[in-house]
Amino acid sequence: MSRIIVDKQIVDCDAPILRANEDGSFPIVPELSEQGLVFVSLPQYLAQKAELTARGDVGVWFAASDEPELLGADAAQLAFIAVEFPAFTDGRGFSIGRLLRERYGFTGQLRAFGDVFKDTLNYLARCGFNAFAVRADKDIEDAVKGIDDFTEFYQSSVGQPQPLFRRR
Amino acid sequence: MYIYDDYDQKIVDQRVAQYRDQTRRYLAGELTDDEFRPLRLQNGLYIQRHAPMLRVAIPYGNLRSDQVRKLAELARKYDKGYVHFTTRQNVQYNWPALENVPEMLAELASVQMHAIQTSGNCIRNTTSDQFAGVAYDEIVDPRPWCEIIRQWSTFHPEFAHLPRKFKIAVNGAQEDRAAVLVHDIGINVKLNAQGQVGFEIYVGGGLGRTPMIGDLIKPWLEPAHLLTYLDAVLRVYNRYGRRDNKYKARIKILVKAMTPEVFAAKVDQEWAYLKNGPQTLTDEEIARNHRFFTAPAYESLPGDDPSFLAAIEASPAFSRWVDRNVFAHKVPGYAAVTLSLKQHGAAPGDATDAQLDAVADLADRFSFGEVRVSHGQNLILADVKESELFALWEEAKRIGFATPNIGLLTDLICCPGGDFCSLANAKSLPVAKSVQERFDNLDFLFDLGEIDINISGCINACGHHHIGHIGILGVDKNNAEFYQITLGGRQGVDAQIGKVIGPSFAQEEMADVMSKIIQVFVDNREGDERFIDTFDRIGIDPFKNKVYEGRPAGRAKKEVEA
Ligand code: HEM
Ligand code: SF4
Repeated sequence: MSRIIVDKQIVDCDAPILRANEDGSFPIVPELSEQGLVFVSLPQYLAQKAELTARGDVGVWFAASDEPELLGADAAQLAFIAVEFPAFTDGRGFSIGRLLRERYGFTGQLRAFGDVFKDTLNYLARCGFNAFAVRADKDIEDAVKGIDDFTEFYQSSVGQPQPLFRRR
Repeated sequence: MYIYDDYDQKIVDQRVAQYRDQTRRYLAGELTDDEFRPLRLQNGLYIQRHAPMLRVAIPYGNLRSDQVRKLAELARKYDKGYVHFTTRQNVQYNWPALENVPEMLAELASVQMHAIQTSGNCIRNTTSDQFAGVAYDEIVDPRPWCEIIRQWSTFHPEFAHLPRKFKIAVNGAQEDRAAVLVHDIGINVKLNAQGQVGFEIYVGGGLGRTPMIGDLIKPWLEPAHLLTYLDAVLRVYNRYGRRDNKYKARIKILVKAMTPEVFAAKVDQEWAYLKNGPQTLTDEEIARNHRFFTAPAYESLPGDDPSFLAAIEASPAFSRWVDRNVFAHKVPGYAAVTLSLKQHGAAPGDATDAQLDAVADLADRFSFGEVRVSHGQNLILADVKESELFALWEEAKRIGFATPNIGLLTDLICCPGGDFCSLANAKSLPVAKSVQERFDNLDFLFDLGEIDINISGCINACGHHHIGHIGILGVDKNNAEFYQITLGGRQGVDAQIGKVIGPSFAQEEMADVMSKIIQVFVDNREGDERFIDTFDRIGIDPFKNKVYEGRPAGRAKKEVEA
């Protein structure tokens, strides 16, 4: 059981990220009775949408190169999306987060996983992420504080669409 | 100048706290070298040859005298008593201790300064014309737009980890003194026939390993849409710029790969969603930023001040300084003065703490307490009364900042090179010095007229060698330091990348090589022609022939090739 941050609280979560098999084929999605929430890749979701929707408790995970455009309006139907950060310096996931929230109406839990730790949480939160699977070797209690490294911002962002100049 | 309110102050203060915590965790082993590196870079801290180097932002090159004094104080307290001004209008400390940097940042924050995004793969300090607001050829004052861009780019959450660094320059004059064509985004602020302000947007210019001139992707952008359009450009770059190879990660490579037309179309597609969204500028925000850049309390003067004209008559040395270092102002009776940081024998762009303090005093006495930094690595007092130019000149001489060489051969632009920079292939400062020593005769220098020399210690091109009339690039040949020369580069509205003249030279040869290049110019010059015009007329061959005279055709000496 690993711990993640959700809405600034530390909670347990064991939802697996299902990755492609070695031959590239889609992995088998465990029965709901065996495993509750699972995250399937965007390509798998697109290919097996009907079955997965029937199963329920399915989240979609995005690789950094995946395009939110492919999910489109389906985003609004999902309760969980996770975005992978292969390195914390790879900022593509920031754009994915904003597009999902601001363009495709996603209102569920948006989770960052991969190379995630204290120093990008503030940016991530502003791009619409509210859940963070902090790297296991980092201090998650300390990381939570990073969400509030800054409390005032110039730009429009997911949490505060009004840029500072419309508020000052 | 822009003055912080509580919001701006809170943001820089929170940054200091955040960086203090990051430094603490690094020193405690909670952050690895690889993790700390991008974090400290986003705060301007490089680890260099001898010590860390801290780059402090000077937004579009504007400083107040109290800020200049603070820079001097930091140089005394935390460094070796000097600073280095850069080609991007910033300032660098070469010797701070890593543990002291949070304290330095706290001191900077106390005078509304910071080191935010001065390095790293993010949107860097926006640069502009050092004569903004005063230039005789200005169409629109770019500073309010620079400030709007500064705020938008500061801690932009989506663009904090781009594929590579990102530089924006804004120009509002007829001449382009901001080098907009060699920036990731270059913006010309324009007026249309109805007198309305708008922007021309260029993307994909840059120097470095693959020098390129930017492409015009939006010939006319209305002011309200500036930030939504920039958001669209950056989003396309953030998503599709290459991240697999740092040498191919700049936006210029993406624009070239997609073609400028396709890139522009992709941006427009993205922009269609963002346009008229919350980031659209309001009239009030545009007006608010303009209120910080109103004209100072100029006296109403007739111009052609008699005492000034008399002093020019009386003193040839003063007259020469006026010719080179005094720039025409749009207000009669005023002038903009360039203090030369290119005293022969001194490292280009360096200033000591005492010189900085003196400059702050001069700014208070002569120029409404403001100082500018130019991308030519000099300092500017932008609003000096003609009647006070002589007194200012006397003072500037006292601190060694009155060398009458602006635009001349010895006003050379030079990166720190191998003496400081760990990326260097070769030292750049000794070459600068040898050129200054060789061309120390002011009469001769004057006669030669305008020549831009730019020196970079490696292909990263921090000294902008590609756009110097004469560009000098440090290269490595079997672990020896050599220099490659390019000719015919230029900045400004018709920016061009220089052409390589041939095989490179050893450091000892450089002064002679420069003399030969200048000799070809002098021999072929017609009237008062500028170097670059002579070059355009006669081409590169006469220079090649002279420089490689006595060597196997187009090839360097044996030992040079070894
Ligand atoms: C001493 C430490 C320095 C280091 C390690 C450094 C490093 C670099 C690197 C790696 C690049 C190329 C990046 C790229 O093209 O993607 C670069 C470019 C640049 N640097 Fe520096 N630099 C240093 C100092 C300076 C100084 C002192 C100046 C000003 C005099 C400067 C001005 C520039 C400019 C203007 C570019 C832009 C080239 C372009 O437009 O592509 N740098 N620097
Ligand atoms: S051009 Fe090269 S040597 Fe010079 S400062 Fe830049 S990185 Fe260092």
